[in-house]
Amino acid sequence: MRYDLNLPLNRDMIKDLVVGDEVYLNGKLLVGRDQVHLRLTTELERDGKMPVSLIGETIFYMGPAPAPQGFVIGSCGPTTSARMDPFAPTLMREGLIAMIGKGPRSESVRNSLIDHGCVYFTAFGGCGALYAQCVRSVRVIAYEDLGPEALYEMVVEDFPVIVAMDAFGASIYDR
Amino acid sequence: MDMLELEKNLEETVYRRMLTAGVELSDDVHDALKMAFEREESANSGSIVLENILKNLAIAKEKRLPMCQDTGMVLGFVDIGEELTVSLGVIKGAIERGIERAYEDGSFRKSVVAEPVFDRDNTKTNLPAVIYFESVPGDTISVHLLMKGFGSENCSGLEMLNPTKGPSGVEDAVVSIMGKAGGKPCPPVVVGVGIGGTSDRAAILSKRALTRKVGTYHQDPRYAGLERSIFDRIQGLGVGAGGLGGIITTLGVMIESEATHIAGMPVAVSINCWADRKAEMVFDKKGALQ
Repeated sequence: MRYDLNLPLNRDMIKDLVVGDEVYLNGKLLVGRDQVHLRLTTELERDGKMPVSLIGETIFYMGPAPAPQGFVIGSCGPTTSARMDPFAPTLMREGLIAMIGKGPRSESVRNSLIDHGCVYFTAFGGCGALYAQCVRSVRVIAYEDLGPEALYEMVVEDFPVIVAMDAFGASIYDR
Repeated sequence: MDMLELEKNLEETVYRRMLTAGVELSDDVHDALKMAFEREESANSGSIVLENILKNLAIAKEKRLPMCQDTGMVLGFVDIGEELTVSLGVIKGAIERGIERAYEDGSFRKSVVAEPVFDRDNTKTNLPAVIYFESVPGDTISVHLLMKGFGSENCSGLEMLNPTKGPSGVEDAVVSIMGKAGGKPCPPVVVGVGIGGTSDRAAILSKRALTRKVGTYHQDPRYAGLERSIFDRIQGLGVGAGGLGGIITTLGVMIESEATHIAGMPVAVSINCWADRKAEMVFDKKGALQ
């Protein structure tokens, strides 16, 4: 089944999504990977808050290549999601509704997807040039010192992903 | 050996070949991907992944964008003909300058940190590269470069097998490592297997195997047979492109083998994602590119 969904997502929009569905996303999403996850969860534990609200947000696990002249962004495909597994349940508890990355996730991520009614999308691994074509704008919103690993906000159009794990506990990687 | 001539030609060739390698796949890999898309059954989700990989490659080529944002850490094998007298420092310097310029001018992501545990500060040049020098018969210098992405690198594996395990033991070890890797290394993958030597040497051989063209076989037919049977068993895992399920999980399996100790049989596996980016070049004894 194909869906065209506008960001931010809400639980009503994702309740029918099942593993294998093709989804095209439009609108604003957050971008962060390893160090962003470490910092967000460390700050939450230390200060009780994070520099950005995650309620209803979708995060894309990615660190872009530099933008060539005339481009909004450089090559920007997904990175391996499993490295974010230790942090993802905390972020879902804080209101995150969807994650985009590549590859399988842990059992604790699966349980959190069910508990919080969230969805995990896989993007096409390595397809950095394809995704660069879908990005309309990008800006840093925190941790600028991390360079390509900073926390970004990105506006995307017809951004293709596949439902890899749904809110009912199913996973495309279960075989 | 005219080191001045070699230095100039080597830097320039590394620069040009790296710029191309980050954006366009060599024909052996591109053809294997096209064939994979034709062979994959359209009912399998892996088919959508292969379709998008081919679309991505076309965009990368047209826009001159890196095909993947992980433009890797560079691995080099420099084989120096034993009839030549050369300076390894000059060769290393020329390769490194070529890499640094290509990563800057190609808008490649610089992904190398200077120290692995504490600060992890980016060197901002994508250097150092990992470069191995070997002495080989002849009077030429050949250089193989790999742009090694780390999603696949993190799935590498090593098994120190008993010497009596034989070919089926090797098969089982490689297939087990590939099963554990699953969809993580961005399949369809190219699999390099190093057998023999010591643990570290087997790992280097597994990387050396990745420098071969996809679709080539070991010159010893027994090892070529092993490459084929491992290939079939990896396809049988059903991991599929992107790990989403399908009959195509690998594009090729290449083995490199060497002498080892009576008490052991080290087997190392290195995996390259479908973005199997590599370059090769040969220089004659005057330092000219062949």
